[in-house]
Amino acid sequence: MTFDLARSPEQEQLCDSVRSLLTRECTPERVRRSHDSGYDGALWRQLHELGLIEMSLPSEEEGTGATLLDLALVCELLGEFLVPAPVIETAVAVRLLTRVGGTVAQQLLAAVRDDADPVVMALQPTHQGTVPMVPGGAVATKVLFLEGDALHVTGDEPTGTAIANLGHLCVADRSTAGSTVVAAGPDVAHAVDIAISEWKTLVAALECGVGRRALQLGVSYAKERQAFGVPIATFQTLAHRLADQATVLDGAQLLTWEAAWSHDGDVQRSAQLSSMAYLIAVDAARTTAEDVLHLFGGYGFMLEYDIQLHFRWAKAWGLLLGDFTHESDVLAGLLWEGSAAT
Amino acid sequence: VNFDLGEETDLLRKEVRDFIAQHVTPELLERVHRTGTWHDKEFALALGRRGWVAPGWSVEEGGEGRSWLEQLVIREEFDRVDAPVSGMSVTMLVANTIRKWGTPAIKAEILPKVVRGEIVMVLGYSEADSGSDVAAARTSAERRGEEWVINGEKMFTTHAQVADYVFLLARTSAEAPKRKSLTMFLVPMTAPGVDLAPVRTLGGERTNITTFTDVAVPDSQRVGDIDGAWAVLGSALEFERASTWAPALDRLVDAALHVSGTPAADGDGWDFTDPTSRGRIAHVVAEAEVSRLLALRAGWLASQGLSTLAEGPMAKLYSTEALTRCSADLLDLAGADGLRAAEPGDHTGAGILEHAYRHSQVTTIYGGTSEIQRSIIAERGLGLPRSRTA
Repeated sequence: MTFDLARSPEQEQLCDSVRSLLTRECTPERVRRSHDSGYDGALWRQLHELGLIEMSLPSEEEGTGATLLDLALVCELLGEFLVPAPVIETAVAVRLLTRVGGTVAQQLLAAVRDDADPVVMALQPTHQGTVPMVPGGAVATKVLFLEGDALHVTGDEPTGTAIANLGHLCVADRSTAGSTVVAAGPDVAHAVDIAISEWKTLVAALECGVGRRALQLGVSYAKERQAFGVPIATFQTLAHRLADQATVLDGAQLLTWEAAWSHDGDVQRSAQLSSMAYLIAVDAARTTAEDVLHLFGGYGFMLEYDIQLHFRWAKAWGLLLGDFTHESDVLAGLLWEGSAAT
Repeated sequence: VNFDLGEETDLLRKEVRDFIAQHVTPELLERVHRTGTWHDKEFALALGRRGWVAPGWSVEEGGEGRSWLEQLVIREEFDRVDAPVSGMSVTMLVANTIRKWGTPAIKAEILPKVVRGEIVMVLGYSEADSGSDVAAARTSAERRGEEWVINGEKMFTTHAQVADYVFLLARTSAEAPKRKSLTMFLVPMTAPGVDLAPVRTLGGERTNITTFTDVAVPDSQRVGDIDGAWAVLGSALEFERASTWAPALDRLVDAALHVSGTPAADGDGWDFTDPTSRGRIAHVVAEAEVSRLLALRAGWLASQGLSTLAEGPMAKLYSTEALTRCSADLLDLAGADGLRAAEPGDHTGAGILEHAYRHSQVTTIYGGTSEIQRSIIAERGLGLPRSRTA
C-alpha cells in the first residue's frame, strides 16, 4: 500500500465515540466551570473509562497499544472541544514510562491504569528545587522530570492549585523534594527526547482541532452577521482570510498526521516531522483564532463568546514548551546537526 | 492512513534522475535562461521517446499508464532542477482537454504528436482587458460557411514563439450572457493573419502578445460545442489541480544552505557561520513539506473519485504564497551579495535566490491568481456566498 489518507474503520469508530462523548459532556458551559483548575475530574474519569489512557499502554500492560496517529486523531477532538483533562500529558508520560521500564515505572503505570491517577512529564528544567509550569501539574499525583540523564519522579506531595494563566490550563509548579529516580543512562535521555517529540506531535494535533473549531465559528458567524445590508461573508477581505486559514489548517493537519504516522519508523525523521508539525500547527491555530476573533468585532472581545477560549488555548499550548520562536532553530538542529537536539 | 510513497516510486525517482543527468545539461539550462524559453525541442523529443510527456496515458496512446503518484514524482523531479518542462506542461493541459472534448479527427491529428514531444500548444485566454475575469474576452470568431474568422489580441501567450497551436477562447455570439457566448478553437500558429510580439518579463521568461487579423480556421478546429467554452475551460482547470511549487521551495532551501552554510566535514550536516540563519531556512523546509502534502492530497482525492474543487486551489495558493514570502526572506541571507544577478551556470548560489525572488511573483498571478483561488476555497470549501457578480 502506498499513500492513503483514509482513516481505518477502527479509527473512524474511535473518533465517533470520543466525539459523541464530548458533544454530550464537554459543553462550553462545562469548560468554563473548570477554569480555575483547568481540570474536570468527572470528565477525566469518563475519558479514562472510554479507554483513552489504555491506548498509550502496550498489551503487556493491559493496554490497547494504539499508534501515535490514533492518539493524534483523538487529540484533534480534545482541541476542538477544549477538553479540561490531562490526556496528552498522561499519554506522553505513560509512553515514556513504558519505554524506560523498571519497577518504579511499572508501579506508576498500574496506578494510572487502575486508579486513573494522572501522571505527567515536566517540560521545563528544574530550578532550585522546583519543577516549574508543569502541564497537568495541578492534578497529577506524580510528575516525571529529567535531571542530567536521570528520570525522576516527584515524591508524595498534595497536588496544588493551578497557576492562573492565559489558557486556563491545568498548570502548577511542583517540588523536587522526596523525588526518586525512575531510570538513568543515555537511553533514558534519548527516551525523553522521543517523549518531547511525541508531545510536539500531539499538541500539533490538538492545535489543529482548536483552529478548526475557531474557523467553523468564524464561517457560521460570517454567514449570519449582516452589515451594509448583506452577510459579511460576501466581503472578500473577510472571506479570503478564512480561505487562507482553511488552507494552512488543512496543511497543518496533513503534516501532523505524517509526523504521527512516522513515529513507527526512523526516529530522526519523526523528530524532524514532529518539530515541523508543531511549528506549522501552533501558528495556524493562533492566527486563525486571532483572525476569527477579529471577525466577530466587539463580540469577539467579550468573555461570553467562545472564540476567546480558542484564542487563549491556541497560544497557551504553544508556550508550555518554551519560546515558540526557538522551535525553528530546534528544527534546524534536527535537520542539519545529525543528532537529536531539543 | 499511509504516507509511504512506496519502493516503486523510489525506483522511478532514480530513473528520472538518471534521465536528468543525461539530458538536463548545464548548456541546456544556460540556453533556457538566456532565451527565456522554458521549452527545448530536443529535450521534448527525448521526453517523448522515454514516454514521459504523458506518462499517465495508456501505453496504446503513447504513455506508460502511470498512476497519479508516479506522475507527480516525475513532475517533482523535473521541477526540482528547473528543467524546461513548462512548455510541455501547458501543452498537456490543452492535450488533456482535447482528449476529453475533441472530435475523433482532431484527437487523431494532435494527440500522437503530443506524446512524441513534437508539438507545442499554448493558452490563448487572457487579453489586455481580461485576466482573472476570463469570460470577459473580446476576441471574436465569426462564422462564414464552414469556416470561422477570428479577430482580436491575446496577452501572455507564453511559449507561442515555439508553438504549433494556440488554444483560443473567442466570442461567438454578441447577444447571449458572457459565459454562454464563448467557444474554444485550436488555431495553427502558421495560419495567415497570426502575428507575434515578444514581451519580456521580470522572471526572465519570454511571453508574447499574439494578434489575430482575419484568421480563417475550419470548423473542424473547434473544441467543444459552439458557445460551449465554459464547460471546456472548467475541465481544463481541473487538469491543473495538482500544481505545486514544493520543488521550487526545495531549490530555495538548497541555495540558502549553500549561501549561509558549509557542508559539515563529517556526514551530511551543515555548519553555519551565523547561527540565526539556520532557523529561517528550517522554517522553509516545513513550508515545503506542507506544500508537498497539499499536492499529494489533491492527487489522492482525485484518484479516489473525490472532489478537489477546494483542495486543488489550496495546494496552488499555499505553495505559491510560501514561495514569494520565503524567497524574499532567504534572499536576505545572502546580504549585499544577494543583489548580484545570477551568473550563467550558477545553479546553487545566491543567484538562484535572486532569480527566485523575481520569478516567484508571477506564480501567485498565473494559473489563477491567489485572489481567485481564495474565492474558490471560500465558496467551494467553506460554503461562503459568491463575492463576485456575474
